[in-house]
Amino acid sequence: MSERRIISRDDAEHVARLAHLRFTEAEMTDCMEKLGSILEYMQELQKIDTTGVAPTTHVLPLTNVFRADEPGETLPRERALANAPAREGGSFKVPRII
Amino acid sequence: MTEYLTTIGLEFHAELKTKTKIFCSCPTDAGGEPNTHVCPVCLGLPGVLPVLNRHAVELAVMAGLALNCQIAEYSKFDRKNYFYPDLPKGYQVTQYPMPICHDGYIDLPLADGAVRHVRINRIHLEEDAGKLVHSGEHIQDSHYSLPDYNRAAVPLIEIVTEPDITSAEEARNFGESLRLILLYAGVSDVRMEQGSLRCDVNISVRPADSAALGVKVEIKNLNSFRSVYRAIQYEEQRQRELLAGGGSVVQETRLWDEASGETRAMRSKEDAHDYRYFPEPDLVPVVIDAAWLAEIAEKLPELPAARQQRFESELGLSHYDAGQLVISPPLARFFDAVYTLFPEAKTVANWLLGDISRLLNESDAELDAVPLDASEFAYLLSEVKKGAINQASAKTVLEEMFRQGGKAAEIIAAHGFAQISDSGALQAQVEQVLIANAQPVADYRAGKKAALGFLVGQVMKQTRGQANPAMVRELLEKALESEN
Repeated sequence: MSERRIISRDDAEHVARLAHLRFTEAEMTDCMEKLGSILEYMQELQKIDTTGVAPTTHVLPLTNVFRADEPGETLPRERALANAPAREGGSFKVPRII
Repeated sequence: MTEYLTTIGLEFHAELKTKTKIFCSCPTDAGGEPNTHVCPVCLGLPGVLPVLNRHAVELAVMAGLALNCQIAEYSKFDRKNYFYPDLPKGYQVTQYPMPICHDGYIDLPLADGAVRHVRINRIHLEEDAGKLVHSGEHIQDSHYSLPDYNRAAVPLIEIVTEPDITSAEEARNFGESLRLILLYAGVSDVRMEQGSLRCDVNISVRPADSAALGVKVEIKNLNSFRSVYRAIQYEEQRQRELLAGGGSVVQETRLWDEASGETRAMRSKEDAHDYRYFPEPDLVPVVIDAAWLAEIAEKLPELPAARQQRFESELGLSHYDAGQLVISPPLARFFDAVYTLFPEAKTVANWLLGDISRLLNESDAELDAVPLDASEFAYLLSEVKKGAINQASAKTVLEEMFRQGGKAAEIIAAHGFAQISDSGALQAQVEQVLIANAQPVADYRAGKKAALGFLVGQVMKQTRGQANPAMVRELLEKALESEN
């Protein structure tokens, strides 16, 4: 692995916070190294001269895949809630936010 | 005292009028039991594949055309990442760098006759979030939330203006114009009180001698254009006072509190907006070629400005009357339907803005929800014009058709409202009155022309109001002059 730190400790902590993840010290070091090697690879890619190349917005050679505006089947509520860790009546139940 | 200038930009979310959600075939109807209009796609279960609703694309393009936008030939979807339980997936599918419509405008007429050109930066397609029901009295003391995902992934368009608006009044007028345009275009129900149209305000204030814009504040929780107006007035004042007192405005999101008439800080911008947008890999790009665009443009109905113009310049209605009709699409449609059969614009407009509007107000109804039929109403107007029924009777017939529907001719017959316009029948009535009223007849012939009114009244009384008064007058005059 590179000696250079591509991702700073602050950035790594910020990303972890946005993803709602908590890491031990060892895990954090490990993550920074792995993230760093991904970013390093990106830096390699960025060296390529892309002058005159249209930006890629999607990898599939497809456009305009649509469905008609026709109602179809919905999930029975019991099945929709089957995997909910907590529920109350007909609803999912989640911790309060804010 | 320092002069301050206010700069306002608006963001609207309008629910599109589709039968199904944007990426799955769940129904969009409101009012279902919680979590019954859901499926693996809109619940964000693993392994599902969203597929775009073609009609939602068409409606977004129609909105763009109606708002003078450029329509992107190529647009695509992105994921906006944030954790909030109203989003089952942990991201919202939206459009970020390549929206479906961009660079539009509304020309807003101002009170002084000038026009404010308000630019529209973009319109993009996205999915709505679910609804959170909180336990407890207030969100602050709730212990948990109950998400209902029936609304999750209902198609929305977000419309973002440039900061071209300078006052609460302009913001309200802009909102009302935009609402009417979307209503005419048929893309959304635009009911603010029901949340099918929502408006957020971005507002900043700066000293008049400063070129740089002030720090902007976003205001949310505005449930009517009246709230938009009040919230801007409040916020404008709050920011001016802060600046005048040597303080500074903090960039933040504030919530409008309708009851107290104040805005309150909700969250500061810095920690809220790190959405890490990236391209949505499960949805392919949308290409709108010239042929499809033309096909959509073809379906775009007449818009409010064009209808106002037509009512004034082609049909000769006053600016005010035309405006009163245009502001209510059902009224304007009814006007057109009646006018085709009874092409006297001023008469039709007078009835619509007079008696029919009064009846609508009394019953608190919209014209397309009452049984009154345009062709029956046109028939009634033509009977009035022919003199076959008088004005007062016509009002009674109108009221009955308004409340119960039915055919004008049958109602006229049932009430015996048919006006006697047969000159033979009237002549007999006139002669009887002349014989029975020797004194007024003599008075008239002696030069007291006012006696004619009394004699007309007698004929009307004798025919229980059904005689055609103009004909009675004419016949009486003829009789009185000839026998002189």
